[in-house]
Amino acid sequence: MVSRPHGGRLVDRTVSPRRAERLVEEAKELPGIELSPGLAADVANIAHGVYSPLEGFLVQEDYLSVLDDMRLGNDIPWTIPIVLDVDPSEITGVREGDDIALYYGGKPLALMRVEEIYGWDKREYAAKVFKTTDPGHPGVRKTLKRKELLIGGPIDLVSEIPEPFEKYRLWPKETRVLFELRGWKTIAAFQTRNVPHLGHEYVQKAALTFTDGLFINPLVGWKKPGDYRDEVIVEAYQALIKHYYPRDSVVFSVLRMEMRYAGPREAIHHAIVRKNYGATHFIVGRDHAGVGDYYGPYEAWDLFKEFPDLGITPLFVREAFYCKKCGQMVNEKICPHPEEYRVRISGTKLREMIKRGEKPPEYMMRPEVAEVILRHPNPFITEDEAENPR
Amino acid sequence: MEQQRRTRYTTVSIPVTLYERIKRLIEGTGFTSVSQFVTYVLREVVAEMEEEKLRSEAVTEEEKRAIIERLRRLGYL
Repeated sequence: MVSRPHGGRLVDRTVSPRRAERLVEEAKELPGIELSPGLAADVANIAHGVYSPLEGFLVQEDYLSVLDDMRLGNDIPWTIPIVLDVDPSEITGVREGDDIALYYGGKPLALMRVEEIYGWDKREYAAKVFKTTDPGHPGVRKTLKRKELLIGGPIDLVSEIPEPFEKYRLWPKETRVLFELRGWKTIAAFQTRNVPHLGHEYVQKAALTFTDGLFINPLVGWKKPGDYRDEVIVEAYQALIKHYYPRDSVVFSVLRMEMRYAGPREAIHHAIVRKNYGATHFIVGRDHAGVGDYYGPYEAWDLFKEFPDLGITPLFVREAFYCKKCGQMVNEKICPHPEEYRVRISGTKLREMIKRGEKPPEYMMRPEVAEVILRHPNPFITEDEAENPR
Repeated sequence: MEQQRRTRYTTVSIPVTLYERIKRLIEGTGFTSVSQFVTYVLREVVAEMEEEKLRSEAVTEEEKRAIIERLRRLGYL
């Protein structure tokens, strides 16, 4: 039995084509706001139930409750505030109770009922969500640049955002049907923003050993400079699945959602989202959604203990490494050999090798995966691309 | 005289071994009988299953057909 949606009901804020046509006409008469790619993705995720039970952007009571208690106002676990920031000039004349139109790429994306307009303290947000106000943290830096006011209220989606990976975009309604048709009762979800190395494969296959299916669900969308480009991640996983995974035990699908790098809080958020997709288990690795040394390597594991009512089972999997004595990928729980035999797979080292055009050794990365990555002239996101996301 | 309304009961069978285990389990708890315990547990399970059923019904047959068609087109099925 796939997971019950978070909050009990899968939210659907999409509208019929006929109603969408009418709402698009209405949008022409309404004040409009142009959204960034990240916010447009949030709108689509709300509408398609990825963020169930959210029906729209958070109102102040929920926002403060999420900041302070990591729960919505109705006590349901929720750790990352989903908020819509605006400049006062964008909502001149708009009052609470009014409808506005949300645009993306100049086209109407959704209509929103403005329930509340309120101010926010971005430093407080950073301190609570990221546990730091250091602008060196990519999430903090992005937050401090956000606009002055927040508006909360439900949305109705009138069109879909363009998706370059349309072939791999599935919504929760679809994965739930798919899992059911495959007869899966237990599904382990894997969140990633990286290309797969052997450590990832080890963790995923360990989870799959005890579940009916594996749901690999990488994030596409804004990430920090130096992270892998979306197309590289997608192609690398296709190569891995094609050569090394039993096809009928894996579902690969992308999720357009920005990385926040909020460590433990984001780990809970990632789990909730995958619960909405129908996953029953969620793999939580070392330094999940972390960056730099802002969070302890297993801090996210501790936070999960505060949520007995999460409704999805975390699978805490230790960091995998290659042990020369064991002759295979292992983790510290199952390998008795000292450090001198252990070869750790460092993401930084892998990046450096790839930047130099070198093929990583096979105990680090499958050759088919490495070939796909090395075919890209620049597999990494540049500073400029991260500053000006399209 | 007004007829008193009473809950009607019926009999279901469970293995004697299970009955004995439950009997031992509920000793010293608020449950006064095995039947009371079984009713409590079943209500919980049934509520969950009913919710599950409602949820599966949330996707109409027509929607489900369209989803299956898309999943086939994309190569998931």
